[in-house]
Amino acid sequence: MLKDTFSLFIENRKALFGLMILVFFSGVAIFAPLIAPYDPKTNKVDVLRIVEEEMGRTTTVEREQIDEFTERRVYTQSIATTYERVTTKLPLNARPSRQHLLGTTKAGQDLFSQMVYGTRITLAVGLVTGLFTTILALTLALLAGYFGGVVDDIISLFTNVFLVIPSLPLMIVIAAYITVRGVIPIVLILGLTSWPWSTRILRSQVVSLRNRDFVRVSRILGERPLYILFREILPNMISLVMASFFTSTMAAIMGEATLEFLGLGNVSIVSWGTILYWAQNSGALLSGAWWWFLPPGICIALIGTSFALMNFAIDEISNPKLRKR
Amino acid sequence: MAYFARKIGLLLFALFVAVTLNFFIPRMMPGDPAQDLIDKMQGIPLESLEAIRAAFGVDSNDPLLVQYGKYLLNLLKGDLGISISRFPTPVWRVLQVAIPWTVGLMGTATIISFFLGTLIGIGVAWKRNTKLASFTVGLFTFVRSFPYFWLGLLLIYFLAFRLPIFPLGNAYTPQLQRGTMEFFFSVLRHAILPALTIVISSMGAWILTMRNNMINVLAEDYITVAEAKGLPLRRIKTLYAAKNAILPSITGFAMSLGFVVGGGLLTEMVFAYPGVGLMLYQAVQSKDYPLMQAIFLFISAAVLVANFIADIAILILDPRVRDGGK
Repeated sequence: MLKDTFSLFIENRKALFGLMILVFFSGVAIFAPLIAPYDPKTNKVDVLRIVEEEMGRTTTVEREQIDEFTERRVYTQSIATTYERVTTKLPLNARPSRQHLLGTTKAGQDLFSQMVYGTRITLAVGLVTGLFTTILALTLALLAGYFGGVVDDIISLFTNVFLVIPSLPLMIVIAAYITVRGVIPIVLILGLTSWPWSTRILRSQVVSLRNRDFVRVSRILGERPLYILFREILPNMISLVMASFFTSTMAAIMGEATLEFLGLGNVSIVSWGTILYWAQNSGALLSGAWWWFLPPGICIALIGTSFALMNFAIDEISNPKLRKR
Repeated sequence: MAYFARKIGLLLFALFVAVTLNFFIPRMMPGDPAQDLIDKMQGIPLESLEAIRAAFGVDSNDPLLVQYGKYLLNLLKGDLGISISRFPTPVWRVLQVAIPWTVGLMGTATIISFFLGTLIGIGVAWKRNTKLASFTVGLFTFVRSFPYFWLGLLLIYFLAFRLPIFPLGNAYTPQLQRGTMEFFFSVLRHAILPALTIVISSMGAWILTMRNNMINVLAEDYITVAEAKGLPLRRIKTLYAAKNAILPSITGFAMSLGFVVGGGLLTEMVFAYPGVGLMLYQAVQSKDYPLMQAIFLFISAAVLVANFIADIAILILDPRVRDGGK
C-alpha cells in the first residue's frame, strides 16, 4: 500500500518535477560552503600568505647546575616570519558579472553567496516548522478523531476558532513582544499559529476512517486503542499527512520570509528573508538594484511551487477524479 | 436555525478568544517588554509612561484576573488606550483614519480577485485538457507562491520606478484638495498597484479551488445524464456544474480570508499605503504596543465578522443547510 503510493508518486510528472526542485535546493543548502565563492557576511576578500620564514639565532640564556651530574640549559630560538595579507574590497552595489553572479549589496557582500548560504536557514526553518506543525496537528487530530465526544468537541472548537483568527497579525504581535531575536522563536511562532489548517483536515480523515468497517471490527475484537490508531488508522492517511507537511512547510517558508522582511527575525543571520530586509532598508528598489531583491522572491516561489506540485500529485493519486483521462 | 445559532456562538467565542489572547500575549512573554520600553524611554512625558503602564498592567497591584476584568470593561466602553508614538492621541482615533483606506483597498481587491479567479477556475476546469488550461494552472501555481510583499516590490520597481506610470507609494497626492474630482482620480491611480498586487497573489487560490471543485462535480452522474439528455453545454457548465461547485469555494473564501488580509497588510507596508497594515508596521517599529494590540483586535474582529457573513451566505445559497440538514 505504502509502496504503491510511493511508486505512483514518482511516476507522476508533477511530483517528480517538484521533488527535483526540492532536491536541488537541499543540495545547495548542504554543499553551501563548496558552492559559495565568498563569505556571505563580509565585503572583502582576505588572502593571508607566508612570504618568508627565517630561523633566528639560537642563544643560550641560562645554565643551571642541578646536581653534580646533571646540567640544565635553556635555549631561546626566534623565528622571523613575513606574512602577506592582500585585502580586496568587493565592489559596492555591483551589477551581476562573472565575478559576482548575482551582483553585490550596497555594503559590498556577494549576493550569490548570500543566496547559497541563505538556502540553509530558509530550508531548515521551513522543514523543521513543517514537521513541528504536522506532528502537533496529527496528535490533536488523532486525539480528537479517535476519542470523539468532549475531547473532540473541545479540539474542534479551538481549531475552528484559530482557523479564522488571522495568523499574520497574530505572528507579528507575538514576534514584536519577543525580545530574543533568532531562529528558534520564529519556528515556535510559525508552528503555534499555523496548526489549525492541518488539524482540521487530518481530524476529519480520522473521523471518517474510524467509522469504516475494518476499524469497527478491530474494536469489537478488542484491539487496543493505540494499535488501532497507529496500525489501522494512521497508515491509511499517510498521503494526507504528507500533504499537510508540504503545505505547512510552504507556509512556514513564506511566514519566515515575511517576519524577517519586517525585521522581526534576527537580521544579522543570512537567509532569503533577511536579504529582502536589507534590500528594502538600503533602498535597493529605488537605486535600481534589481539583482538584490529579485532572486530571493523567485527562489521562494520555486520552493513553494515544488511543494504545491507534490501536493497536486498526492491529490491526484488519492482522488482519481482529478487524474487526466 | 440551529446552524445560525451555532455560527453566532462560534463568532462570539472566537471574538472572546481574540480579546483574551490580546490581553495575555504581552503578559506571558519571557522578559518584561514593558519595563524594557520604560527603561529605554528616558525623559518621556509622565502621561506617556502611564499609557504604557496601563497597556501592560505594570505596577498594578491587582491580581491578573482583576486586571483582565478591567481590560474587558474598558474594551466594552470602546477605550483602547492611548497611542505611545502619537501621544496623546487615543488609539481609536488613529485607527479611525486608517480603516477606510484598508477597507476600500482590500475589499475591492478581494472581490475582484474572487470573481475573476472563480471565472477562470470554471474555464480551466471545463477545458481542462487543453494546453492553455494547463498553462494557466501552472502559471498561477508559480505566481501564488510569490510572497505578497515581494510581488509588491516587483510591481513598484517595474511600473513605478523604471516606467513611471504609477506613483511609488502613498494613497493620494497630498497637495490636492480633498473632495475634488482630481483628488478622486489621484486616489484611484494610487490604489491600482497595491490592488493589483493583492489580486494577482490571491487569484491563484480561487482558480485552483474552483477548478478542483468543478472537476469533482463534472464527474458526478447527473452531469453525465445531462450530457446524455443532450442539454446545451453552456447550460450544463453554468447551471449544473458551476452552481454546485461554487459552494465549497465560498466556504474556502471565508476560511482563507485571514490569509488574504495578512497579505493585504504586507502590501500596504510595501506601498506605504496609509491603512491599518502600514499603521501596524509603524506601531511595531516604534514599539507602540497599545496601538499594535488595538490593530490586532480590529483585524481579528473584521475577519471574524466577514467569516460570519460568508457562513450566512452559505445558509442562503445552500438548500441542504437551509433546510436544516447537515
